[in-house]
Amino acid sequence: MDAGLVRTYLGVPLYRPKVAFFEFSSCEGCQLQLLNNESSLLDFLALVDVVNFREAMKEKADDYEIAFVEGSITRSDEAERLKDIRSKAKVLVALGSCACFGGVNQLKNRFSLDWVKKEVYGNSPVETEPVRPLGDVVRVDLKIFGCPVKKEEVEKIVTNIAVGKAVAHPKYPVCTECKANENICLFDLGEPCLGPITRGGCDSWCPNSRFGCWGCRGPAEDANVEQLKKIMKEYGFSEDTILDRLECFGGFSAFADTLRKSGEKNKGTSA
Amino acid sequence: MIFRVFAREELKKLFDAMASKNKIVGPVEIARDHNGKPLFAFNEVNSFNDIKLDYTTTKLSAKKYFLPYKEDLAAFRMDENDWQKKVDYNISEPFIFFGLHACDINALNKLDKVLMGSVYPMPYYAAKRKNMFIVGIDCTPQPYCFCRSMGADTALHGFDMFITDIGEKYFVEILSDTAFNFLKNIRTAEPIEADHIHYMKVASEKNKKFTAHVDTTDLTKILDMEFQSDVWKQWGEKCLACGSCSKACPTCYCYGVEETVDINLRGAKKTKKLYSCNLIDFAEVAGGHNFRPERHVRLKYRYYHKHRGFVEAYEESLCVGCGRCGEACLANITVPEVIASVRGEEN
Repeated sequence: MDAGLVRTYLGVPLYRPKVAFFEFSSCEGCQLQLLNNESSLLDFLALVDVVNFREAMKEKADDYEIAFVEGSITRSDEAERLKDIRSKAKVLVALGSCACFGGVNQLKNRFSLDWVKKEVYGNSPVETEPVRPLGDVVRVDLKIFGCPVKKEEVEKIVTNIAVGKAVAHPKYPVCTECKANENICLFDLGEPCLGPITRGGCDSWCPNSRFGCWGCRGPAEDANVEQLKKIMKEYGFSEDTILDRLECFGGFSAFADTLRKSGEKNKGTSA
Repeated sequence: MIFRVFAREELKKLFDAMASKNKIVGPVEIARDHNGKPLFAFNEVNSFNDIKLDYTTTKLSAKKYFLPYKEDLAAFRMDENDWQKKVDYNISEPFIFFGLHACDINALNKLDKVLMGSVYPMPYYAAKRKNMFIVGIDCTPQPYCFCRSMGADTALHGFDMFITDIGEKYFVEILSDTAFNFLKNIRTAEPIEADHIHYMKVASEKNKKFTAHVDTTDLTKILDMEFQSDVWKQWGEKCLACGSCSKACPTCYCYGVEETVDINLRGAKKTKKLYSCNLIDFAEVAGGHNFRPERHVRLKYRYYHKHRGFVEAYEESLCVGCGRCGEACLANITVPEVIASVRGEEN
């Protein structure tokens, strides 16, 4: 820890919290997001004292105040390790869709564990449990959404923590930012999109490249999922298309479960 | 009022005369939708051939040029124990709108009243508004256009020249000396009786093409009476609370301001972003109380501002009937249908 790095804000020296980064079942892409913008990396490191970050350094310390945790919980030993992190950290931050909702990993929860193990590991089965977001195992103080998280957003949150400003997520859906970016609505182009119901804050990252939203940030705070289902139908998209997107990252699991069950029921009656 | 006529081929010369020394913004085709229909937007143009003067309606209004969706109001530079503020009205040069429809010109006139006519004008808007030259162009009513119901189908002021296609010639109305001087670059003539007849014929043909209507008779009173009507709840059930209506609207001016500190702590910004009264936290105040947590109440508020509150303050509606909000709404919530339902009519 280099005391010379400590920053001042309007003449006031800032407290530089000790932070640690951890990962569970995930691709570690969210942590990589934080490292891959060299232009602001040193400024980021000046605001926080990183004591543990496997992807970036070999030193390891257990003395930290803020734990940024990526990934979901899929094994009993992961749950124990997470509880240990929680006991050491004053603040635990769920970093990314896996940590917040289970992420892409939770897709396996739709199948029986025996089938999943056989499909993935064949004759060398390993222990695996249904995927859980961090919040199902320990108390989570702050969620940072996205698959992956948006680096600018994490930097803004960390800057706000450093200077003592409140941290707030947008409550509105992706459409709000998408329209401000003057994008052509993907529905006009005949593409499905979860932008109308998914929490904004990503600056409509995917629709900016004419790629429909898959809902990685979970539902906006007044998400009208029922209406979007009707709209998708009017535009000629099948229920499977909607379901694929709703269940992809786990943020819409409650809605996806209902839709899946009603779909199975309908198939049952028609068969 | 000064009227002139000029031959069709002169229009390109007029454009070129304007473009030689000025930035020009006009309607362009940006893509085709999944039905093959062209989609239009206002963008900066360099060539007359890029402009689509027979455009229907742009998906988004032209407001990014006078009310940007996102605009830095101030930048701060922070030194050891001191700070400096820098204000920029974010306009570097005058520009020309080439091809605004009457509804969009009327939208500017309404915004002028709010943003320049009050005790505290908004300099960021005024700086842009005072530096724009407007060439209006006539249009063909689309199925969603109800500008005639809102009295916004013709523009009486707020532009420099207004061009109407009357067949073999263009008929031009001149409202500023700058416009008069620009027209010296091309061959124009005094309109003759036949031109007047052609103009009136075009106007009357246009009027026959309106299919969407809004009955504004006693509307402020009816909105007052129907404040508790169940129809609001029905529309609220459909509303996605995404704010696309406000983003597409040429007159929605509500905004939020956010202050951010740069990660290097040496700079900060005060940024204005256009917001929408349909978004969940529009009426959330310090302490967390939300005065309008329900979708139907927020949707109703937007209609009350456009069609009641603004009318009481300015004796005109804040809606110009361009129909963009309905076109942008995936849930098909349109002004003619909402107002008709409030009046207890089938649209």
